[in-house]
Amino acid sequence: MSAPTGLSRKQMAWRAAQDVFDGAYVNLGIGIPELCAAFVPEGREVVYHTENGVLGFGPAPPPGAEDPELINAGKKPITVKPGAAFFHHADSFAMIRGGHLDIAILGAMQVAGNGDLANWSAGGDAVPAVGGAMDLVAGVRRVLVITEHQTREGEPKLVARCTLPLTGVGVVQRVYTNLGVFDVAGDGFVLVERAPGVTVEAIRAATGAALHVHGEPPEVRAPAT
Amino acid sequence: MISRLVPTPAAAVADVPDGATVMIGGFGEAGSPIELIHALIDQGARELVVVNNNTGNGRVGLAALIAAGRVRKMICSFPRSTTPTQFPELYRRGAIELELVPQGTLAERIRAGGAGIPAFYTPTSVGTPLAAGKEEREFDGRRYVLERALTADFALVKAERADRYGNLVYNKSARNFGPIMCTAARVAIAQVRDFVEDDGLDPEAIVTPGIFVQRVVPVDAPAYESRLIAAGASYP
Repeated sequence: MSAPTGLSRKQMAWRAAQDVFDGAYVNLGIGIPELCAAFVPEGREVVYHTENGVLGFGPAPPPGAEDPELINAGKKPITVKPGAAFFHHADSFAMIRGGHLDIAILGAMQVAGNGDLANWSAGGDAVPAVGGAMDLVAGVRRVLVITEHQTREGEPKLVARCTLPLTGVGVVQRVYTNLGVFDVAGDGFVLVERAPGVTVEAIRAATGAALHVHGEPPEVRAPAT
Repeated sequence: MISRLVPTPAAAVADVPDGATVMIGGFGEAGSPIELIHALIDQGARELVVVNNNTGNGRVGLAALIAAGRVRKMICSFPRSTTPTQFPELYRRGAIELELVPQGTLAERIRAGGAGIPAFYTPTSVGTPLAAGKEEREFDGRRYVLERALTADFALVKAERADRYGNLVYNKSARNFGPIMCTAARVAIAQVRDFVEDDGLDPEAIVTPGIFVQRVVPVDAPAYESRLIAAGASYP
C-alpha cells in the first residue's frame, strides 16, 4: 500500500498562512515556511522578521535589482516595505527571545506529541549547524511547524518522543503536514483537519504517536495550487 | 586631534598576533569585511580563534582564511555554505575546532562581553545537546542555562560610512554583528565605503559611537563574496 500524498507544499503553506492573524509579527523558517508569505489572506497586514536584522521585509527583487547587503536568513535577496527597520543581531534576538514576535513557522525533522521539536541535526558525522532555531522556539509566543508527514524513507515525523537531538522542549503548538492539521496535545496529537481524500485510518497509520480524533474532522479547504 | 583613520587594510591589521581572538562581522556575505580579511591572510597571523556567524563561502574572505590554515578554532552558529568550502573537511579530520553556539546566544555573548557582563542566563538550548555541561538555574518556574560572555582582541567589521571619530553607520542588513563586535573587542577595525572628511556624522543617526572603534580604513569599492565566487576567484 502506498502512502497517501494529500496536500502539496504550497497547499500546506496556504493552510498555515490562514492562521497568521492581522497585525502579526512573524518569522518564517527556510523552505516550505517561506512560501507562507504569498498566501496570507488579503486585508491582513503582517510584518515579517528575519533574524539577520530586518523587520518588514517584502518579496525578492526583480533580477538585476538584488543588493548583496539586503538579504534574509536564508541569505537570499529581499526588499523592504514601508515601515521597515534595520537593527543589529543582539536587538534582533531580543525581539525573538524577549517574546516580542507573535508567530514562528518552522520546518521539522521530528515533532513529538509533547511539543518537543528536532530540526537542526540529523546526527551522524555531518557538520552540526544550529542557526537561530533554538532561540526562536525558546522565545516566540506561538511556534508552528510545516513538514511532510513522513520522511522520504516513509518513517513518521510526528512521533511519541523525538529520537534526534532536540531544538527545544515542549515548544510546538500546531503542525501542518501534507495529511492534515494537528494540535500538540501533550500525550499525542489532535487531528484538527485532514487533507481531502485522506482517511483518518491512513493518517493514523502514518503517525508515530497517539492520534486523537474528535467527531468528524473537516477537510482542509486549500485552493488547487 | 583625534583621528581613527588608518590608510590601508594592511596597516590596520599589522599587529594582529598569532593566537589572537578575532571577531569578524557579517552574516553570509552581507557585512563581510573581505578586504580586511584578505589583509589578515597576507599578514600571516596563525592559530586564530575566529568568531563569526558562519564559516565563509567559496575560496574568498573568511573561507579563504580558514582554508589557509590560519584558524585554530571557529565559534559560530551555522558552519554551512551553499558553496563548497574547506571547512567540513578540516573539521572532519580534526584540523579545526568548532564551538557551535545558537545564533541569539552568540549575539548576546558578544553583547555581554562589550557591556561588562561576564555571564547571563538564557532559555535558549535548555534540554538540548547544546546545554550539556552548562550550569542551569530556575527562575519563576522556568529553566535557564548559564552562558559566558565573549570578548576579543580584534574585531573586523564593515560599515557604510565613518567620520574621523570612528562613528559608524551601516548599510541595510550588513549591520548584523558589526555594532556588538565593535563593543566586545579591544581593537575594533572598521572598513568603510565612505569616509566623511569634514564635520562628523549626524549624532542622531550614528549606530556605533566612535568610542567603540579604534581604527577606520576607507575601502571605497568593496568586493562582494557572491560576485567573487561567480567570477571563479580565490584568495590569495
